[in-house]
Amino acid sequence: MGAVAPTNAILLAAILFGLGLAGVLIRRNLIFMLMSIEIMLNATGLAFVAGGARWAQPDGQIMFLLVLTLAAAEISVGLALILLLQTRRPTLDSDVGNRLKG
Amino acid sequence: MQQLLALVPALPLLAAVLLMLSSTSINTNGVRILGVGSVGIAALLACRIAFAQTGAGWAVQPFDVTLWHWMRIGSFAPDVTLHLDGLSMVMMLVITVIGFLIHLYASAYLDDDPGYARFFACMNLFVAAMLVLVLANDLLLLYVGWEGVGLCSYLLIGFWYDDPANGRAARKAFIVTRVGDTALISGLFLLATMFGTLSIPALMQHATTSWPMGTAMPTLAAFLLLGGALGKSAQLPLQTWLVDAMAGPTPVSALIHAATMVTAGVYLIARTHVLFALAPDALLATGLIGGATLLLSGASALVQTDIKRVLAYSTISQIGYMFLALGVGAWDAAIFHLVTHAFFKALLFLAAGAVILRMHHEQDITRMGGLRTAMPGIFLAFVIGSASLAALPLVTAGFYSKEAILGGAWDAGASGRLLWCAGVIGAFLTAIYIFRLLFVVFFGEQHHHPHGVTGWRIGVPLAVLAVLAIIGGALQTPALLGGIAIMPGILGGVFGTAREGALAVLPLVVASLVPLVGIGLAWRWWGAGLTSRFETRFTDLLRDGWDFDLAYDRMIVQPLMWLVRVNHHDVIDSVYEGLGALAKRAHAGLSLSENGRVRWYAGWLAAGSVAALAIAVLS
Repeated sequence: MGAVAPTNAILLAAILFGLGLAGVLIRRNLIFMLMSIEIMLNATGLAFVAGGARWAQPDGQIMFLLVLTLAAAEISVGLALILLLQTRRPTLDSDVGNRLKG
Repeated sequence: MQQLLALVPALPLLAAVLLMLSSTSINTNGVRILGVGSVGIAALLACRIAFAQTGAGWAVQPFDVTLWHWMRIGSFAPDVTLHLDGLSMVMMLVITVIGFLIHLYASAYLDDDPGYARFFACMNLFVAAMLVLVLANDLLLLYVGWEGVGLCSYLLIGFWYDDPANGRAARKAFIVTRVGDTALISGLFLLATMFGTLSIPALMQHATTSWPMGTAMPTLAAFLLLGGALGKSAQLPLQTWLVDAMAGPTPVSALIHAATMVTAGVYLIARTHVLFALAPDALLATGLIGGATLLLSGASALVQTDIKRVLAYSTISQIGYMFLALGVGAWDAAIFHLVTHAFFKALLFLAAGAVILRMHHEQDITRMGGLRTAMPGIFLAFVIGSASLAALPLVTAGFYSKEAILGGAWDAGASGRLLWCAGVIGAFLTAIYIFRLLFVVFFGEQHHHPHGVTGWRIGVPLAVLAVLAIIGGALQTPALLGGIAIMPGILGGVFGTAREGALAVLPLVVASLVPLVGIGLAWRWWGAGLTSRFETRFTDLLRDGWDFDLAYDRMIVQPLMWLVRVNHHDVIDSVYEGLGALAKRAHAGLSLSENGRVRWYAGWLAAGSVAALAIAVLS
């Protein structure tokens, strides 16, 4: 299996990040928004790994592990919030939760 | 003894503060003791200090008392220093002694007035401020007193504030004198920037050494000081406020608007006479303004029907004499006339006040008449005051001081001769208008009966002032008539030795006879009451004071009011209002973005990050 060129890996990461961002902005369902955020996090992780491979440094891998931990923490808090919101108001539409509007 | 000098202004000031703080809790007797007593003690102290400082030949030993350092701004370091020399001693004595007499008089005049304590608080504050004005060694301290007396004048003209007309008169006095004050403070700024000090002796020293005679700088400085003096002393063209100032109680008119405050301009010029001597143009202007003022207001006094307005125009006219004397360099004659004028004009005002009080606050002379028999004491006082004002030869104080002025003018070249003519015509007018007043009020038929009697607190000041209005002339007499020289001796240390003018007998005789002719004419026309009225359009013009008020209204007040109406929404304000409106718009726009939708926030976040990255990468 041939080595993937770093530019291609970064390009893939950028596409994934763009898809994730589009998902966050377009989808109203909170579950889908969380999933889109996961995709964005993974895109950054991929960029780190590709960078680490390009300069043959371990830092990229370490940062990926950090991103994974972060993602796990984020998803647990996020899901807890969604559950709480669900009990107060039976909807998953993010635009309904604009009670804090200025 | 010298250290006690500070007490002279401090005592009335203390009494004023006490009266202001306790005006609701103090009874009438307390007010009398505080208000009259403080000025009385100040007068005794002033006399004691004057006695101690006057030596052989009436020469005054000058001294300074530095109370504290006022401030220190770089090299500019004015001190609060009181300076006593012949000039300030004369002024101090006039203010405290006449001030005391008028306070005593006022304590009876304003009996039962609800504002008794307020009145004496203001009067005492006035005396304190006036003393600061004349004792100041520094023009800055002088300015403090200058504004202080202006404030008290405002407060006391508007003393009976229930009547809107009185408030209007007070504001008019304040605003018109403010025009002059602006010139004065500009002059002070000029002197301070040129010499870095406002101490009067230092200023005069600097001016003589660094300013050549008749150049632009001393002329400008002298004209600015003259502007201040014109406003305070009610001379052309700022004379209009003084007649309206008669809205105040009569003791106020006597003390502030006749005897002391309005002569502050004369004092200022006499105090800075070294500077004026360097500016012949300013000096000539002073003399011409004085001459014009004394003629115009003397003519106006001829046709007034309000007893106090006659005296007000007379005051403007007499201060015109003092300015005339200053203009011809006869400094000591100006101060001499200031003193005698304070005697006889205070006497006239107090006597007029006594008449007004017994006529149920009636001031219109057409409703008086024949009061000679009903109030002989007041009649006698009024006769003495009128004779002194009209400069009745030999027996009155006014004669000697007016002769000193006219003699000084006669000796002062061609322009001096012109001013001498103005002075003689003015003396003629003076005799006519004051004896017209006397005859109309006290002779002829009696229309209304006076009530009550005149108490001792009114009688004593009248008697003392009447004596002073007679013997005051003995302060200085021409060589022909004894050559007494008390006044030149006192003032010699300030103005240098008096000039020995070649005494011309002819002008002296002419000037002595003119008042007699005037009195004769007055007797012929009004000896039997207000029978000759001479009503023409010209007398209407005179009665309105040559329509100066109308002209100022048309030229200044109405254009200003028009501008105010046009510029109701201030043009300059629109800039700041625009800034405010912009901020409000921006707020509205930004608050639209705060819609609470998390997806929008995420979008803005992403857009912001992209923009930041783009700036970082592309630049």
